[in-house]
Amino acid sequence: MSGMKQKIGLVVGVGLILVWCLLPVVWIVSLSFKDAVAVTNGSPGFFPADGAFAGLDNYRDAWGNDQFRRAIVNSLGISLISTTLSVILATLAAYAIARLEFRGKKLVLTTALAIAMFPVVSLVSPLFDMWRAIGLYDTWPGLIIPYMSFTLPLAIWTLSAFFREIPWEMEQAAQVDGATSWQAFRKVIVPLAAPGVFTAAILTFFFAWNDFVFGITLTSTEAARPIPASLSFFVGADPFNRPASLLAAGAVIATIPIVIIVLIFQRKIVAGLTSGAVKG
Amino acid sequence: MKNIVKKYGDGFPAVNDVSIDIADGEFVILVGPSGCGKSTLLRMIVGLEDITSGDMVIGEKRVNDLAPRDRNLAMVFQNYALYPHLSVYENIAFPLRLAGAKDEEVDAKVREASKTLELDEHLERKPANLSGGQRQRVAMGRAIVRDADAFLFDEPLSNLDAKLRGQMRSEIARLQKKLGITTVYVTHDQTEAMTLGDRVAVLKRGLLQQLASPRELYGNPCNLFVAGFIGSPPMNFLPAEVDGTTVTLPFGSVQISAEKAERVAGKGLLIAGIRPEAFEDASVVDSGREGSTFRATVEVVEWLGNEAYAYIPFEAPPEVQQQLQQLERDLDGESLRTQLVVGLDGSSRIAEGDEAEIWVDTSKMHLFDPSTGENLTIDHDHAGEVPARALEPTPG
Repeated sequence: MSGMKQKIGLVVGVGLILVWCLLPVVWIVSLSFKDAVAVTNGSPGFFPADGAFAGLDNYRDAWGNDQFRRAIVNSLGISLISTTLSVILATLAAYAIARLEFRGKKLVLTTALAIAMFPVVSLVSPLFDMWRAIGLYDTWPGLIIPYMSFTLPLAIWTLSAFFREIPWEMEQAAQVDGATSWQAFRKVIVPLAAPGVFTAAILTFFFAWNDFVFGITLTSTEAARPIPASLSFFVGADPFNRPASLLAAGAVIATIPIVIIVLIFQRKIVAGLTSGAVKG
Repeated sequence: MKNIVKKYGDGFPAVNDVSIDIADGEFVILVGPSGCGKSTLLRMIVGLEDITSGDMVIGEKRVNDLAPRDRNLAMVFQNYALYPHLSVYENIAFPLRLAGAKDEEVDAKVREASKTLELDEHLERKPANLSGGQRQRVAMGRAIVRDADAFLFDEPLSNLDAKLRGQMRSEIARLQKKLGITTVYVTHDQTEAMTLGDRVAVLKRGLLQQLASPRELYGNPCNLFVAGFIGSPPMNFLPAEVDGTTVTLPFGSVQISAEKAERVAGKGLLIAGIRPEAFEDASVVDSGREGSTFRATVEVVEWLGNEAYAYIPFEAPPEVQQQLQQLERDLDGESLRTQLVVGLDGSSRIAEGDEAEIWVDTSKMHLFDPSTGENLTIDHDHAGEVPARALEPTPG
């Protein structure tokens, strides 16, 4: 009965991994439903103790906080803009790298990789100085630019791998069929590289959404402060008593856009979309 | 319709000084072993490959510098190059949509093409879910919806299995006849070349060897290469010495006509080319037919029902052997041992190991110059076009 054994093993394994990955998330959700006093007094149970259940109060309070709402808007805006720009730029760059022979192609690729490996922290102080000098400090572009420069390399590498997989003949067929180079690119190549484009988009969005270091260093007010930085400033009504349950509710709200985006994009990332283009 | 003179080179000339004039509505095949430049030539016609020198003319217009989309040609790729993200319908409609055609017009044309190709029930499917033959038909559909000046096929059948290949071959021939569109077809398969083409251009290492109808190529090959490439099983090549009208072959002497004898006089050692079907079992030949007979020991007999092939080994002198080995390399073959393949009638009773009496129709014998490979007994009136360069001695 090795088949049965294998099945049991699989279920146990998957269960362990799920617990390992999801326990913190579940715990945050649990925290977010307890009331603030109960959390401060210590409330070790997973489910709230009698009378400590706060219902949706924490969520209502978090959402009612103006600072928090502004941060959400900032985060959404900055992340979406940097994702869009980064993916568009990366698509064009990756296409050039995959298809054209030009001098310095190797250099572009290695530089891109080097940038991706650069520690974020080491760039933060110079950026802080520069941004203050040119007036980008505490603005959306001030965050969009570093996000893009850190996500572009990865996006370019991912996408150029996808473009290389697409047979040359596809474009040539399109050109013979009467397409200009641009039409061939837009109508044939980009749809075929869609899984790559969405992969790159997800990675970029994650980076921008989850970033804390840039977010906290390069902003000072609600004008541009993104959600991870904002949560750390989230003190609630009583500055001496950090509202853990309120923070938990905020954190849960902050993960919702990520979940939605992943669900949308994941459907687009269908591997093997090119199958059937050419024989074998 | 075309008058092409072109040279191509990146140091190595992949296509060297090839001129082909293709008439309107003609079906021309480019054939040759791999690496002979036939695909490159086709890609130059369609504009995917730059032309180094020479002129490509389509219908009075020089198109050397035109982009592929401005040449109004339709091409079927070897691997079909269908757009996997589009349905069959949209694949076929793609060229029309690019041209900005109206929806009704697109619909009418796509339906018509799909009817011609019997793709009606597959129109909404994606290429990934189609079989090889269906994909092939979609690729052809994409070509025929446009009113292209010419069709170009790049080895369209090489990815199909043998049975389907036969079907699609006749399909393509039927379609071409029906639409009457000029067609250039690239293949390495000499059967396709012989069955499909109005005229066949045989290429070797970028050089045009001979441009002629299949019948002319078969009956009057201009050199050893064409002779060996066209025909299956291939032509036999034997060392031959001519003395007057007597030709001495490894198996004995045969007589040739005085006219042929005159053309080869004084050339010393030659290579005789005789197709397997020019031989016959002497016992089944009508005694009235002209020809010579000789006796030889048969090593192997392959009986196929309607016919049989007998294999007779022979020894060739080194100079001939060398030329034949070179030829085998040119033809992508392995250097086989020298043996004679004799086509026999199915009723022949010759068995393995027999010493048989074989009849040969000497009027179908060709004599080639061993150093240049040139056919000395060619009938130029029935050999199509033979460019002078094809007759230069082959290097190496």
